[in-house]
Amino acid sequence: MVAEEEKRERKKRSVPPPGDGTLLSTTMPWSWKDFFLQWEWMLVAVLSLVIVVNSLISPFFLNWHTFIRTPASFLDKAFIVFPMMFVIILGKIDISVGSTVALSAVIMAVSYNAGLPMGLAILLCLGVGAAAGAINGFLLVAFRELSFVIVTLSTMIIYRGIAYIILGNRASGGFPEGFSLLAWGSLGGVPIILIAFVIAAVSFGLVLHKTVFGRALFAMGHNARACRHSGINTDLILWTVFTLNGLMAAVTAIFLTSRMGSTRPNVAMGYELEVIAMVALGGVSTSGGVGRIGGPVLAIFIVGFLGYGMGLANLQAPIVLVVIGTLLIVSVLAHKIRFQGFKLFRARSTAATAGEKNQEV
Amino acid sequence: METKILELQNVTKVFPGVKALDNVQFDLRQGEIHCLMGENGAGKSTFIKVITGVHAPDEGEMLLGGEPVLFRTPREAYKAGIAAIYQHVTAYPDLTVAENIFMGHERVTPWTRRIDWARMHREAQDLLDSLDANFSSRERMGNLSVARQQIVEIAKALSAQARVLVMDEPTAALTRYESEELYRITEDLRNSGVSIIFISHRMEDIWRLADRVTVFRDGRYIDTWEAREITQHDLVVAMVGREISHLFPKRKVKTGDEILRVEKLGRRGFFQDISFSLKQGEILALTGLVGAGRTEVCEALYGVCSWDSGRVFLEGAPYRPGSPRQALEAGIGALPEDRQLEGLILQWEIGKNISLASLGEVSRRGWIQIARERDYAGGLAKKLSVKAPSIFTRVAALSGGNQQKVVVAKILSRDLKVIILDEPTKGVDVGAKAAIYEIIGDLAEQGYGIILVSSEMPEVLGLSDRIVVMKRGRVTAHMETAGATQEEILRAAMVSDQKEMAHGEA
Repeated sequence: MVAEEEKRERKKRSVPPPGDGTLLSTTMPWSWKDFFLQWEWMLVAVLSLVIVVNSLISPFFLNWHTFIRTPASFLDKAFIVFPMMFVIILGKIDISVGSTVALSAVIMAVSYNAGLPMGLAILLCLGVGAAAGAINGFLLVAFRELSFVIVTLSTMIIYRGIAYIILGNRASGGFPEGFSLLAWGSLGGVPIILIAFVIAAVSFGLVLHKTVFGRALFAMGHNARACRHSGINTDLILWTVFTLNGLMAAVTAIFLTSRMGSTRPNVAMGYELEVIAMVALGGVSTSGGVGRIGGPVLAIFIVGFLGYGMGLANLQAPIVLVVIGTLLIVSVLAHKIRFQGFKLFRARSTAATAGEKNQEV
Repeated sequence: METKILELQNVTKVFPGVKALDNVQFDLRQGEIHCLMGENGAGKSTFIKVITGVHAPDEGEMLLGGEPVLFRTPREAYKAGIAAIYQHVTAYPDLTVAENIFMGHERVTPWTRRIDWARMHREAQDLLDSLDANFSSRERMGNLSVARQQIVEIAKALSAQARVLVMDEPTAALTRYESEELYRITEDLRNSGVSIIFISHRMEDIWRLADRVTVFRDGRYIDTWEAREITQHDLVVAMVGREISHLFPKRKVKTGDEILRVEKLGRRGFFQDISFSLKQGEILALTGLVGAGRTEVCEALYGVCSWDSGRVFLEGAPYRPGSPRQALEAGIGALPEDRQLEGLILQWEIGKNISLASLGEVSRRGWIQIARERDYAGGLAKKLSVKAPSIFTRVAALSGGNQQKVVVAKILSRDLKVIILDEPTKGVDVGAKAAIYEIIGDLAEQGYGIILVSSEMPEVLGLSDRIVVMKRGRVTAHMETAGATQEEILRAAMVSDQKEMAHGEA
């Protein structure tokens, strides 16, 4: 009875039994249960479901050619998903990216039409995006008392405003022939945008999971103060991540403009929210510190194929939004319940044992 | 015989790893001021929390007016007539004084249940007048000085018909004049029949106010005296009490060259005129009461905050870090005061926590070498004998002592000359304390210069070579540990009388 109690006590506090230092093992623990409890499996299941339903709606969907061409229609915003994932791992949010897309696209179009060579116009576009992000980062680092929501909300309005000032409420296009190949062309049967997407996914994944920079991101998301005390240059990291977010928004601007053939100041409205939704659906915690690259990648395809399939079924765009919103909230709830349900249960059982103890006294 | 309004018998409260209160007793008579004293960590705060219903005692009994009571929430205690005024006023700065006083029991009109502003302000003003406070109940709380905010807190307690008033270091943030004001109010309250538990570190509070004094030490009850019958010397001895135990294997480390020199360091509002030097292999204890500015000095040396006067030299070269990163690069590492907030990422495993401060060591061109990281972290964890099944154990699951070892391992991974340890044994049980002392001794032997911030006298006397005592942002004593006594240190840390301080330094 006493031994039983002691065992329970020990389990509750999960303090290892007293012993010598030789206990410290350096082999990574592994269990099949943990492996299959990963959120990505849930996303794989949802994605499979979407694909099955799509192929029921249209017999042509599972045709290899269609299947590999479809992503070209929704991958443009995927480029922001990765840096946004970094931002959210830091425990922050950047809602200015949609406006950054519009501003950099507008400046690219206007400068090209003013006589700049297309190559330089594209570089300028990337530069504008990076600068827009860097300004966000600077404001956050220089004025700690400003919240990231207020900063990026303000720049969201400002960047969109500048785009309107430059172009008015008009469209600008007339790009050279080759520019549309970015969105529509393919290399060896694989769309260029898909190749670019894979390169981005792999690069961001490696940086996040294999480098010092990625490690610091996760650490800052959990406890930025401890990071500063550990000698990590937290300001530099914050700044870099927001700059990266702006830069990738410009990449999105390039692919989006290439797909549309022209641009106007009101493009990419609401992109920031769609992107944040994909990151959250991908299992990245909005409180920071948690996430793996595979989740958002799967989420991009879930949302993309879902929208495409609903298009096939002739459902209107607003209904697509409702479905995606519902999917997001259900998935986040499922995610929470999976972790917290466990904890709640444990808390209740400890409370119960404490109650017993009190009665004994 | 006077009636006892509040009585606690054999109260014990255990937190994981620490016995915060061990079989403690206490009684409070009707209409007396009873001072509770003890060092930091003596259990005073836990004791207040038990009385005010924040913590339920694990064992023991509490009698209020002779009836056994058990408070499950602070509200229950409040309703029973026990109110507390904390050191840091917990008010609503944007509301008026009257709103603060009646928060939670607002005066309302009989039928419509609307807030009766006229009545609230009238009653609030009456309360303030009864305390001789010359400010209006319509004043915004945030505009008042700390002293006046405390008066509002007292008025609030009176409005709830408090029979027992707990005051937790109310004079700590007050000037001498404001303290006088508070003494007068406290005495008036006593004369009107309120019973007061007054917690303080300041000797003058005791001599000025107390009817009786009780001392706690290490969570245990030591004794209670009539204030007239005890001398300052006896009181200090009672608070310190214990013999320096065998926990401290006093080692003879040969100190080397001077590595750190601090000259007249000052930061407005935090500390002034701080000078000391540190040699290789030397342990310098920086002591004083909590809030004396010790942590702020350490934070300045570690680059967490800046200083606005004075100079610091590290190995003869001027040193001024802009951030902890620069401090670490220059060779100064620190164990933060709050290890959970500033030292650890609780959600992470031991290994990743250890390597966090030295990611450069375990990576090549920015790529983390997983195998190297494991060996490296594993090696350091073993060296400090962290007790855990694996380096993949989450630090949240470790005991306080083992968590502290992980933080030490983390900063040891850097190439350091000076190590600052801010309260390294806070919240750590006795066994782990001994292990940490062992580590500190080892570090000194290896030639690190060590600044040990500690409030625990045995620790200061048992470990250090020299002692610097701070009080209210200034150095009040500087002594060799050999020959120093606990009484001397405590006097320098607590007594404000200039003559007596001079005596303490002699």
